[in-house]
Amino acid sequence: MKPEFFRKFNFLFGTAVVALAAAAFLVVTFERPTVETVQSGFRGTSMGQVYNTRTLAAVQARNVVPAMDEPIPNDPESPRASEIYENVQILGHLSVEQFGRIMLAMSEWIYPNAEDPAQSCNGCHVPGNFAAEDMYQKHVARRMLQMVHTINTTYSNHVNANGEVGVTCYTCHRGQAVPAAVWSQLPSNAAPSRMWAVAGEQNRPVNATGYATLPSDPFTPYLWGDEEIRVISGTARERDNNQSILQTEWTYGLMMHMSTSLGVNCTFCHNSRSFASWDSSTPQRVTAWHGIRMVRTINNDYIESLRDRFPPNRLGPLGDTLKVNCTTCHQGVYQPLYGAPMLRNYPELVLPTQTSAPAADPSAPLRPAAAPAPAPSLN
Amino acid sequence: MEYQFIFTRVQPHPPSYPGVPLPRDNQPRVGKPMHSRLLGLFADAQIGPFYLGWLGTLSVLCGFIAFEIIGLNMLASVNWNVVEFIRLLPWLALEPPGPQWGLRLPPLNQGGWWLMAGFFLTASIFLWMARVWRRADQLGLGQHTFWAFAAAVWLYLVLGFLRPLWMGSWSEAVPFGIFPHLDWTAAFSIRYGNLFYNPFHALSIVFLYGSVLLFAMHGATIMAVARFGGEREVDQTMDRGTAAERAGIFWRWTMGFNATYESIHRWAWWFAVLTPITGGIGILLTGTVVDNWYLWAVEKRFAPAYPAVWGPIIDPTR
Repeated sequence: MKPEFFRKFNFLFGTAVVALAAAAFLVVTFERPTVETVQSGFRGTSMGQVYNTRTLAAVQARNVVPAMDEPIPNDPESPRASEIYENVQILGHLSVEQFGRIMLAMSEWIYPNAEDPAQSCNGCHVPGNFAAEDMYQKHVARRMLQMVHTINTTYSNHVNANGEVGVTCYTCHRGQAVPAAVWSQLPSNAAPSRMWAVAGEQNRPVNATGYATLPSDPFTPYLWGDEEIRVISGTARERDNNQSILQTEWTYGLMMHMSTSLGVNCTFCHNSRSFASWDSSTPQRVTAWHGIRMVRTINNDYIESLRDRFPPNRLGPLGDTLKVNCTTCHQGVYQPLYGAPMLRNYPELVLPTQTSAPAADPSAPLRPAAAPAPAPSLN
Repeated sequence: MEYQFIFTRVQPHPPSYPGVPLPRDNQPRVGKPMHSRLLGLFADAQIGPFYLGWLGTLSVLCGFIAFEIIGLNMLASVNWNVVEFIRLLPWLALEPPGPQWGLRLPPLNQGGWWLMAGFFLTASIFLWMARVWRRADQLGLGQHTFWAFAAAVWLYLVLGFLRPLWMGSWSEAVPFGIFPHLDWTAAFSIRYGNLFYNPFHALSIVFLYGSVLLFAMHGATIMAVARFGGEREVDQTMDRGTAAERAGIFWRWTMGFNATYESIHRWAWWFAVLTPITGGIGILLTGTVVDNWYLWAVEKRFAPAYPAVWGPIIDPTR
């Protein structure tokens, strides 16, 4: 063949191959800039958080603190809410002005649409009879008030780890009756088969585990149950650590969830050269450790214990409640609402000790009843 | 410009070359030879004839059975929905038995299929290895290809058979799946305290990257001297000629030392072969001898220490 043919063909073919490879590389590898890195560890350890300023703007827009009015002092001269209103069980100690203020705030945080006849006060109260006990939402709201108190006191080491921040109803609810990010158990990824190996608990691209093939539901064992998260050996030649690689994938899935929820890399908490070592970790890892315990308490003592209260449309497909995980509060940010100290403006949410005791329903299951446990470790 | 080419410029045309005569007890080659201009741009234009033989036939059959077992289990896991199968294919897998089974034989749906797929795949690979040996032997070649293939098979066997055997659990083996085997790799490294501190893993990387470097150097050198006929390596090994001289001199002037047309292939062979050999040793020692490579490196004093910039961080369970 003539050399011109090869010259032309070489050029066209080469250009096409290079263009295709470049396009594939760009599409698969890159986010549209600008990407910024924030160093978070000793130099040379490659510990840093990677942020895309473009996506960051979208996350920031989603995490704006609502307008807050000034707190009202608890005027001892004013009558108590319990003296004026009937059947005030949790907030009766507040002055009537404070009580009105927090009720208004809660309706704006949870049922903000005053035009809708089913929202605002009517979200929890029978219209015209605020004392009535007919609506399940009111029972849930009481338990949630106790929960907020427990979070702000018992789990202060999580919610006040970086400044006096605390939580309010808004930290999760953000203007919605059901927070945007909640979870419940889901049916198996694949119909069980007596013949075929279908690996129903893993191998699906789900957001929780960063679209990896890790077990799809890392919440049930670790954020509802209290399965052991640690899998790595504590000594170089440990003899009695039988944690399997599948078990490691369960933990890995939970960690992917935490990373995704907080919008951070592994190195926010760990020096990734040794995930297990506490001495090379950051203080955030301690905060996260307390957070995991906090979420377990929330899910068991404050949400699952209300299972019988919820109507079927407020339960998951397998009949368990809609529970919380890290995303419920964090919503893509390392500190919910970028650490805005909202609680400071709502002292009404701090309960006196006698009403705040977690009056847990003793009949409530403390552990997931029908939760599929992760594969047992090899013995 | 004439020497800057991507494709083979000289293509053979029919009549096809039938190949050297085969020894007497061999089967005849199969397939009527044909010529492809397109494939000829990349390699030899003649396709076929092909020696299949008993080893080849059985190897292809066993490989097909393994492929089908894996594929059908994947298809079952998306409820036989072909569209979902295509969409989710990179995520799907045939998983090894769970840790509760140890080295026992589990039911088919709990890892039995995995064992069976592994058996047939291994059989296929071993038959192909025997075929490589036999074909090289019948053509009067050395067994370098066989040993190179055996090195890769060593790593495969360590990952899927020898290490699980030593650990006492099939669950330690790798799933058959595209992304699942990658996630397995990450989880494996995490579970055993970071494989980057495993010296055999490091050696394997040295040989892997070394292979890439050598291949790039060799390929570039030969193409650069193609204008002097340098691609005719065999001639040039015996009779240096301009191309071989220039190729050697180029490297001698660049780095003071150069391989020969013969020895460069020994370099390449050893680097390639040592990649899976050292890697296999590293995998075999993981979990059996060393359970946490990072702590092992700390013990052996080659993991660097860094200042605790965050102050002392204490395990909250302590």
